[in-house]
Amino acid sequence: METMLFYFFAFVAVATALLVITRRNPIHSALWLVLCFFSLAAVYVLLSAHFIAIIQIMVYVGAIMVLVLFVIMLLNLSEKELGDAKPTVLKFCGVILSGIFMVLLADGVKVLAPQAAVSVDEKFGTAEMLGRLLFTDYLLPFEIASLLLLTAMIGAVVLAKKRR
Amino acid sequence: MLNEYLPILILFIINIAFAVGIIIFSHFLGPRKSSAEKLSPYESGVPPVGDTRIRFSVKFYLIAMLFIVFDIEVVFMYPWAVIFKKLGLFGFVEMFVFIGILLIGYVYVWKKGALKWE
Amino acid sequence: MDWIGLGIIVAKIVFFLLVGFTAAGYVMNLAERKISAFMQDRLGPNRVGFWGLLQPVADIIKLFFKEDVVTDRASKVIYFVAPMIIAFTALSALAVIPLTDVLTFFGRGMAIQIANLNVGILFIFAIASLGTYGAVLSGWAGNSKYSFLGGLRSSAQMISYEVSMGLSIIGILMIFESLRLNDIILGQSPLLWGFLPKWGIVVQPLAFIIFLTAAFAETNRVPFDLQEADAELVAGFHTEFSNSMKFGMFFMAEYINMFTSSAVIVILFFGGWQIPGISTAEIVSFFISLGASEFFASLFTILLQLGVTFAKIAFFMFLFVWVRWTIPRFRYDQLMNLGWKGLLPLAILNILATGLVMVII
Repeated sequence: METMLFYFFAFVAVATALLVITRRNPIHSALWLVLCFFSLAAVYVLLSAHFIAIIQIMVYVGAIMVLVLFVIMLLNLSEKELGDAKPTVLKFCGVILSGIFMVLLADGVKVLAPQAAVSVDEKFGTAEMLGRLLFTDYLLPFEIASLLLLTAMIGAVVLAKKRR
Repeated sequence: MLNEYLPILILFIINIAFAVGIIIFSHFLGPRKSSAEKLSPYESGVPPVGDTRIRFSVKFYLIAMLFIVFDIEVVFMYPWAVIFKKLGLFGFVEMFVFIGILLIGYVYVWKKGALKWE
Repeated sequence: MDWIGLGIIVAKIVFFLLVGFTAAGYVMNLAERKISAFMQDRLGPNRVGFWGLLQPVADIIKLFFKEDVVTDRASKVIYFVAPMIIAFTALSALAVIPLTDVLTFFGRGMAIQIANLNVGILFIFAIASLGTYGAVLSGWAGNSKYSFLGGLRSSAQMISYEVSMGLSIIGILMIFESLRLNDIILGQSPLLWGFLPKWGIVVQPLAFIIFLTAAFAETNRVPFDLQEADAELVAGFHTEFSNSMKFGMFFMAEYINMFTSSAVIVILFFGGWQIPGISTAEIVSFFISLGASEFFASLFTILLQLGVTFAKIAFFMFLFVWVRWTIPRFRYDQLMNLGWKGLLPLAILNILATGLVMVII
């Protein structure tokens, strides 16, 4: 059952990811990406990472994709500005390149010896567990994350606000 | 573990089926008598002028960007909040520093007038 | 997973969807019109059925049989997808709401709740954040200026208040130490100084005000219904969905969202299914002492708690309607100011104050 669900969601994730890059209408692409994030969240749930799964939806779907949609609507590229369809040669090259990348990736994954399934305790993947790690062992990255967010905030204002 | 999420999966499937079903069903149920006037977008009764797909204000982009930053801040707070009692004073200082750094940004954004809606 | 368990799950889902459609969609639709009529000294719907009770049924039938106009400039696919997203979002958010405590039936623990997730409250937030798509996409799809402006306004408003909403519950989470809605309710059971229930509103009054305000903004209700300010924007992002069940979906979703928001307010701040000072076990043993068998004692308890929850929720649903005819609409810049310059710093202050008090005590 679990394996079946995993393959189902993995398939949906890959299929929607392909749709994202093949659709011509940017809004349709964005919506397929939303679906892709949803199936990734489902995969996280199957890995017992509940908190990460819900954060995946909250942050990526609820916030970042909204920004992406806003930007698409902000730019509002017309059919002309989107440019003509890419020539077949380029598409062909793209497929070959990504094929090579995939082989390399598969080779990299192969190095990892298959691990026996680890049974995790009930608390695994919950916010409590994550918090305990984040606020003791990984305290410095946590505080640095706030600097990163500060940069993002200032960057957005500098970019979007008119100089007077 | 998975058992907790099985109902969610079933609910999602039912809801998708329901939402798609109703919309499609009602689409085919009604009459179809369309005319050019009926198919034009509503603009208070006068013929529509110009294109709707105009580029809109960058303010909306700014709001969305600030929203992401604060949303991620909140996300960091959830695991902190649930174990706050165990962390005690140490946890309070940690979060104080975190919020403090972000408050600098908040004050900057405010002073720059990015929160002002003109 | 055995078959009985699966059957129970399906039964619960059906129950919740029925609650969504009838209690939230049907009763609330009718109640809003009747209460509005009462407040404006009108009669309200009174033709279909006794006292207008069947009016929503008539409306649904009418909506089903109306012509589905797809304007020639509309983005066809998204025009259909947007109301689907709205309906899906509204119905899915019901998944984690507990309406009763866990009671034992035939040795099987059961609560009227579809899934008791350990990320409970975040699940509702995550699903609710999808609502932004419904608004912005339906505004975009219609390709009408009114609907586009309405969609933009509405989505910017929703994301602005989502931040304050998320921040306001941090204090609650700090005190009750869990994201699981059932744990939060159970954490509210003790009595402070022997008489005051330790409800969220008592320990976090400021958070309650922020959350309530944000809930009104999230459900796009008056005084924050800027996206359908009818004097300026006709009907906001639903302008081009003038008929058919697509409009019905927006309407139904609004009522179900009101129900969900009210339920979350009740759970976080008003003790959920609890009667102050009386635990579930005490209710069960009370019914047993009256001579009921164990099964019926559990059954009565679950019905009693269901009634308590619904009564609390009904009060907040009434509040939604009441406020609609009491407070005038905000202007858009005031709305954004309130969200970003008012509620946001207040919510952060609330967190720091709560933390300080908890460290000192």
